[in-house]
Amino acid sequence: MAKSSIKIRAKDKDGVTTVKALMTHPMETGGRKDKKTGKKIPAHFIQEVVCKHNGATVMTADWSGGVSKNPYISFKFTGGAKKDDVELSWTDNTGKSDMTSAKIK
Amino acid sequence: MNTDMKRRIFLKRSLTAGAVGVAAGAGLLAPQQILAAWNKAAFEAKAVPDALNALMGSGATEPSDAIKIKAPDIAENGAVVPITVDTSLEGVESIAIIASANPVPLVANFNLGKGAQGFVSTRIKMGKTGDVIGVVKAGGKLYSASKGVKVTIGGCGG
Repeated sequence: MAKSSIKIRAKDKDGVTTVKALMTHPMETGGRKDKKTGKKIPAHFIQEVVCKHNGATVMTADWSGGVSKNPYISFKFTGGAKKDDVELSWTDNTGKSDMTSAKIK
Repeated sequence: MNTDMKRRIFLKRSLTAGAVGVAAGAGLLAPQQILAAWNKAAFEAKAVPDALNALMGSGATEPSDAIKIKAPDIAENGAVVPITVDTSLEGVESIAIIASANPVPLVANFNLGKGAQGFVSTRIKMGKTGDVIGVVKAGGKLYSASKGVKVTIGGCGG
């Protein structure tokens, strides 16, 4: 598979794990017009982001096209330990998806 | 001997092709299940109360000091506005980020699972100057806080 569209970092500090992730995605709202042709650019955005810690879901995010291009996301959870697996996946409105995982540092 | 070898290779190849086919099939099924959970009505609502009704089942929120919204006072570029919602409320179930002046006000809804803390940070688009509202669902009740963000260049179409 090609290089993953997701960059993820998870860091443990005093029992609280902070997850930071960057995804590569155009995030088209569907309301924007192509300046040359005047036609609307079809909507293409991430609808759902799921983050799992050792297989258990800690966070799911539902998005509209109002999230910026190449989205950034950060959140915290407790119960994680160093070297645990954190997995992040996204699905967009065209049904495409990607996932990646990282170890908590 | 020679034909036998070819037969073996053929078998091997068709088996691998079969496995790939199954994997692709499973991959196709997964997004449909996920998309069913995406709240279409809430994300297509044009007004803030409508979006909240569709999303949380209620449009009534209680202002709370326990929610902090970190956003710039003036966003030079509306296409990328960093927003952080941080709350000290107990039992947070979900955090929604709403840009009230956007054509589609509901930007994101984060459902927090077990162990997740009341903290989310992301970057959103803002079409024009308006309030950013953070709605936190905790213990079955809705709490909110808002912050005005002045946008000098819009990020939705422009």
